[in-house]
Amino acid sequence: MTRKVNPKVAPDHVLELDHAVIDEMDISGHWNRMFEQRVIFDYDVAQLDRVTALDGGESMGWCYQCAQCIPVCPVDHVGSYGPRKIYRNLQLGQDLFTDDDLWLCTTCANCLRVCPKEVDMLQIMPAVRKAAVLAGDVPADLQDVFEKTARYGNPLGKNAKRRAEWTKGLDVEVPLISEVGRKVDVLWWVSDYPAYHPRGIDASRALARVLHHLGVDFAILGAEERHDGDSMLRAGEAGLFEMLAEHNIEVLNSYEFDVLLTTDPHAYNAFLHEYPQRGGTYNVVHYTKFLEQRLDDLGMTETIDRTITFHDPCYLGRHNGEYDAPRTLIGALPGSEFVEMWRNRENGYCCGGGGGGMWLDGLAADNQSMRLSEKRVMEAVETGADTLCVVCPYEVSRFEDAVKSTNNDGKLEVLDIAELLETALGLSNGQRG
Amino acid sequence: MDIAVILRTVPDPVEELELNDDETDLDRDYLGFVLNEFDDHALEEALLLKEAGGGSVTAYAIGTTDEVEQILYTAVAKGADAAVKLGDDVGALDAHAQAEVLAAALGERSHELILCGVQASDEIDGQVAMLLSAKLDLPHVSVVVGVEPAGDGLSVTKEYWGGITATYDVSLPAVLGVQAAQQAPRYVAVSRIRQAQEAGALSEAPFVPPTGSSGITITAMRIPESGTGAEMISGDEEAAADRIVELLQAAGMGGGA
Amino acid sequence: MSGAVLVITEHLNKRFTDATFELLALARTLAGDAGVEAALVGSGVAGMAGELGAADRVVVIDAPHLEVFDPDGHAAAFAAVVAGREPRIVLVPYTSTGMDVGSHIAARAGLPLVSYCRSIDASDGLSATCQLYAGKIEADVSVDGDRAVFSVLSGAAPAADGRLEGSPEVVEAGVGAASRTRFTGLAEPEGGDVDITAQDVLVVVGRGIESEANIEDVVKLAELLGGAVAASRPIVDQGWLPKSRQVGKSGLTVKPKVYLALGVSGAPEHVEGMRDSSTIIAVNTDPQAPIFGVAHHGWVGDLFDLLPELTDRLEG
Repeated sequence: MTRKVNPKVAPDHVLELDHAVIDEMDISGHWNRMFEQRVIFDYDVAQLDRVTALDGGESMGWCYQCAQCIPVCPVDHVGSYGPRKIYRNLQLGQDLFTDDDLWLCTTCANCLRVCPKEVDMLQIMPAVRKAAVLAGDVPADLQDVFEKTARYGNPLGKNAKRRAEWTKGLDVEVPLISEVGRKVDVLWWVSDYPAYHPRGIDASRALARVLHHLGVDFAILGAEERHDGDSMLRAGEAGLFEMLAEHNIEVLNSYEFDVLLTTDPHAYNAFLHEYPQRGGTYNVVHYTKFLEQRLDDLGMTETIDRTITFHDPCYLGRHNGEYDAPRTLIGALPGSEFVEMWRNRENGYCCGGGGGGMWLDGLAADNQSMRLSEKRVMEAVETGADTLCVVCPYEVSRFEDAVKSTNNDGKLEVLDIAELLETALGLSNGQRG
Repeated sequence: MDIAVILRTVPDPVEELELNDDETDLDRDYLGFVLNEFDDHALEEALLLKEAGGGSVTAYAIGTTDEVEQILYTAVAKGADAAVKLGDDVGALDAHAQAEVLAAALGERSHELILCGVQASDEIDGQVAMLLSAKLDLPHVSVVVGVEPAGDGLSVTKEYWGGITATYDVSLPAVLGVQAAQQAPRYVAVSRIRQAQEAGALSEAPFVPPTGSSGITITAMRIPESGTGAEMISGDEEAAADRIVELLQAAGMGGGA
Repeated sequence: MSGAVLVITEHLNKRFTDATFELLALARTLAGDAGVEAALVGSGVAGMAGELGAADRVVVIDAPHLEVFDPDGHAAAFAAVVAGREPRIVLVPYTSTGMDVGSHIAARAGLPLVSYCRSIDASDGLSATCQLYAGKIEADVSVDGDRAVFSVLSGAAPAADGRLEGSPEVVEAGVGAASRTRFTGLAEPEGGDVDITAQDVLVVVGRGIESEANIEDVVKLAELLGGAVAASRPIVDQGWLPKSRQVGKSGLTVKPKVYLALGVSGAPEHVEGMRDSSTIIAVNTDPQAPIFGVAHHGWVGDLFDLLPELTDRLEG
């Protein structure tokens, strides 16, 4: 059954402006909040004030309950959530700092996209979480991940020294920049799941073959690389983020390279927005963009007989504006057909892994009817696709679990774009990895 | 109550252990050390006692590894009032040597209660908690799972087998070997640990090199052959599941729900 | 010194523990002409000496305040026995009571102490083989001099070999010093919903299960097998399963037909509680996990990959 989307407003009839000045009045949406005391002040605003007093929590007070955010909040679709509801609960006296609600937001940014008042959950939730973490109020699953990341440099708790083990026995060479001893064109930031998780390793090996095929001069950091820290920052462990960033920047600054290439949109986000002010400025490129730029050199010869749908990762799409490169690559796969899910591009539906969500499925299970990844997989299956293509390392394991738990095993295969390209280029040996 | 907590680092149990060249010790060059989990429980119990009844908590650690400072800063970040590092880079010490060093340091101070983890994975020559109590001639209870003030002393819960526990009144001062605190060791944010580090919240105390000997020598170490006598199933999870179902059926189980 | 092998005995509710008989059995293999002595501390216990037939002599310290095991009192009493008898070798069980006594005896008598012993050799000087680092390393240890205290892991010798009838000589050794600890009460664990010692199949979770939420899938598997879920100590300490499900030194000893260990490392404290299970199958991602040393069958891999495969096959 395919979903027909019938927009009430034809998109080309809408003019969206970042700023609007009419009759010399700036009505961009920032200031026109209130001219009279609002009803909220009939309530005890103490709990709301605790949030707005935080550095980063101010915008929580700007909500005027229009509810634009609720239909686009992925968690509300499987529970009861969204900035408007959080605002309402604060009004009614909820202590957000110790409530489960604090930990359900995946920082997907869909609410911010539609909010006329720019209530910014990407600032608010990390700020409240930071205070909760300092007070020691952390869900047990997340505490375990914080401790593992602090000790081993990766949230999986794997031995840090084995971070380049995935390259052993590979048919192409993946050099360590420390051994190369010279400047390289591309330093490939591999990230944790692509280095340690079996399905992440499959995608890494595929990408290594593709890069080789393109003749790219690249190297990796191996054991010197640690978790980028972006998700830790969103989950409230600002100190852990600082510690990781400090280390990573020191390591990156000790090598020479032109491009910092990454498959991980979360790392991509950190390198773009958090590392520069801490002394780490790099020419960071997401691998979808990098490969799109070299599309003509790829030369795909093998037919991919698949119907493919694509999941926009929140941290690549909404957070950083990249929607086209992955689609261009998929479109170039010979013989394949591409279908869009109805929630696509700016309105993509989050897989549930961001903002610490990757490690909070236990808590989510207590508060949601199903996982976001399960909801999304059902949507993918509805399109009639047999393949769900992903470009973020958090997603492949989440979606594969969801395929099984929604009883779609055998109907939908989850593959990284690198794996599809590898096959189209005739580079894979048939088996995964 | 004035409480002292003994903290030690031990080789990380998660890591694969490798031996040194003459196979009489672990290869310590690449070993990662972590806080001994029982000492973590001892610290938690100390903090709980302080929160309930006031007093102070001082953490002590011998400077045997690089990781020792971090565990002391973590103790301060969690709420310890002071942290004392004994010696610097002194290398691995056996339990007797540790007890000697700690007894020298603690003997000077007047803590009412000394909490230590009940055991550590490298204590081949005895438990530090117990040896320390003998040196200080203090009463000692091991395998402690609960501590509460009782009159002038403490009521201590000790765990036996089969989940049986017994309570004892213990007069102070005393040494307790803690098996488990009354709640899981608390989380402390990395920022707080960094704060403690930046504040330099560590005092060093003179290290008196131990002179006694444990009276034993490790002549050889080896990694026990995994699965000596065990059939190691090869292959992926599907092969493993097939074989395990075979074994279950052979044992008369697993015929279905 | 007397040259004897002295066994530290332990008893509760007038019954000696299995560990006591294991140590007596071990002592007999180590004793020379000076024989085996058993140290018995308690109140009104002289009559129990007859059960210690494996010993040549039973040295008794009897006093009312020592009726129930009391850490300070018993440690002092046993130390007094060692001081008085001057044995060559002292065997202490690696149990909760042993942990209050072993190092104390050694310190008071100025003797070396060797912990976590699996086996002892007294034929040419004294040496032992021990388990360190939660069972991941085996170490050979030699003793300086010819006297030592050994803390012995369960299973070092068969208890049956130590249960001998006999009339050992009883030596009274006084009433012991006053104690700084005082027994105030005993608590049996709350009966759980399930008696894991009565199950034919146990599916056991260790740290590898990673979170409380994951235990649900294991419960399902156990149900399919007509068994129950049990756990190693860290899982119970976290509060994820009740104490009644704990296997090991401070939990219960079980001997099911099938013991399926998922993510259990197999530290000695755990192994002593399940060693005698008929079929032990272990799953762990760590190839060095000591559980593989006691298992009959093992698979090095991820229990999360295995669980759904097993469950599917058993349902289908």
